[in-house]
Amino acid sequence: MRRETVQGWLLILPALLLLVAFTHWPAATTIIDSFYTTPKGSRPPRFVGFENYADLMTDPVFWTALRNNAVYALWTIPASVILALVMALAVNTAIPGRALVRMAYFTPTMLPMIAVANIWLFFFTPDYGLFDHVLGFFGGVRHNWLGDRDTALPAMIVVAVWKEAGFFMIFYLAALQAMPPDLKECAALEGSSRWNFFRRVTLPLLMPTTLFVLVNAVINAFRLVDHVVVMTRGGPDNATTLLLYYIYEAGFRFWDQALAATLTVVLLALLGLLAWLQFGVLGKRVHYR
Amino acid sequence: MNQIDQAPSGTTGAAVRLHGVSRHWGPVAALDAISLEVKAGTFCVLLGPSGCGKTTCLRIVAGLEQASGGVVEIGGRDVTHLPPAARGVAMVFQSYALFPHLNVAENIVFGLKARSVPPADRKRRLDRAVEILGIGHLLARRPGQLSGGQQQRVALGRAIVAEAPVCLMDEPLSNLDAQLRADMRREILALQRRLGITMLYVTHDQTEAMGMADQVVLLRDGHIEQDAPPAEVYATPATSFAASFIGTPPMNLLALSESGVIPGTVGPVLGPARTGLIAGIRPEALRLADRGIPARVTHAEYLGADTVVVCRAGDDQTLLVRLPGRANLADGARVKFDFDPAELHLFDAGTGRRLTT
Repeated sequence: MRRETVQGWLLILPALLLLVAFTHWPAATTIIDSFYTTPKGSRPPRFVGFENYADLMTDPVFWTALRNNAVYALWTIPASVILALVMALAVNTAIPGRALVRMAYFTPTMLPMIAVANIWLFFFTPDYGLFDHVLGFFGGVRHNWLGDRDTALPAMIVVAVWKEAGFFMIFYLAALQAMPPDLKECAALEGSSRWNFFRRVTLPLLMPTTLFVLVNAVINAFRLVDHVVVMTRGGPDNATTLLLYYIYEAGFRFWDQALAATLTVVLLALLGLLAWLQFGVLGKRVHYR
Repeated sequence: MNQIDQAPSGTTGAAVRLHGVSRHWGPVAALDAISLEVKAGTFCVLLGPSGCGKTTCLRIVAGLEQASGGVVEIGGRDVTHLPPAARGVAMVFQSYALFPHLNVAENIVFGLKARSVPPADRKRRLDRAVEILGIGHLLARRPGQLSGGQQQRVALGRAIVAEAPVCLMDEPLSNLDAQLRADMRREILALQRRLGITMLYVTHDQTEAMGMADQVVLLRDGHIEQDAPPAEVYATPATSFAASFIGTPPMNLLALSESGVIPGTVGPVLGPARTGLIAGIRPEALRLADRGIPARVTHAEYLGADTVVVCRAGDDQTLLVRLPGRANLADGARVKFDFDPAELHLFDAGTGRRLTT
């Protein structure tokens, strides 16, 4: 081997080791584990083929988690992306205290997930929480936001949008600031209204950012677990059980390795499919400069 | 509405007038009470070094920037407080400002679509612009797939289809290479003549101003140094700055002694006997002779058609001389340069103003 080749491999070795040890190797073993039974005491794992997957199809909690996750994704993704764009447009104009507003929008992103969950836990607390307090002022009655099957998941969605939008705003803001001001001036001279300019120029030029943000939003929607652990533990009656939380429960509370491995493979396949769809469908319509 | 600013199918120019237009940023005055008149159909070049206020002036006419004071009139109509789109101006930006995600045809008709011009009319205007500019084969391409010159043409196309009576150009050729720049210069001038529009053209390149303009407005530090046809700016510069800005190489400016000679020489007498005078003489007005300004050759630069000779005159002043053909002058040679007295200009060293003799 040539000297440069050896040096090259040595240079990527640290990163390669970490990637293999913590990403590729666990992923491969998870896929293998999903075809075996859970080892228990003296009983070693036994190869069962697709039996774990068949079991999963008849598991009502899996379907609940999947449905919850779909609802969660369908609300959080569009809401956080649109909100991020609106916030970015707002702080990209010359308004007084612009830096302060930008920082305020970004603050939720900087807070640790657990802290966020605790803040919102307080907001949602019945009687003396922020929501009940404000609603009570207007004559509303007490409500256990996180304890009610109908409002628990929407409450989680609100927290997620609040946390995600600021993060995505940063990407939109960066993209907006990279747009040459000449384009806007030119459009103004050509008699283009602000809405027309936004629809025909700003939005298309933001498409690469939107695609990136969307992919991230989808991944985030399917890998949320912290908020669930702190705020609801999946309850009430699995109303807030999301896929990753179900994996966590199966793996570390029920010690059902086969179920956890199978769920993980399903989740990975789902994310892969969604990413492929996004790049395949949207990617063609994105103009990269 | 005045009838001049109406531009139906065939485009005709409109007059542009500035009355005491100023632009201040805090205590800094980018433009200080500029007044100027550009007649309809005129090619007017705003010329000056960077930071002189020429681009600010253009942007105020366009409405992209608001004047701190003064009045802007286009076609006899006060447009000072009108938005850019309502002023009847088209503009070509230095960066071309093409929309990167739209193809050439879409770029050109962008403004027409925004103004809801009917499709048939849109097509007619696009076809005309495409024919004038010869860019028919590029219509489906995106700006990223075009060369600098082609992008420039698309930007021009966008200005043509607007059929505005006034066209503004902000250093449109500065991103092109020298050869292309010369070609585009001719093309833009031909275009302006053909359409009959009023052109306001910003540049820092005096050759562009000399070659294209009907009217040169020379700016410096936010005020007008001279506003005249190019031949006049060349022949009778109003200030020593105007003299030093026009011409390649520019006019020699020589400080005179109290006795009206170049310090360190015994003659010839170039000006009246008084202090604070500057004599100006163009390099091409000087010729080798056995009498005249004594000088010593430092360096001769042969350029093909002519030779630029760098000399020292008197104690320590540089004298540039442009001689036709190839001049065989050795470095260090002592020579004399004669000139026609009509070619001598005098300026006040303090104010820079031309002295009328």
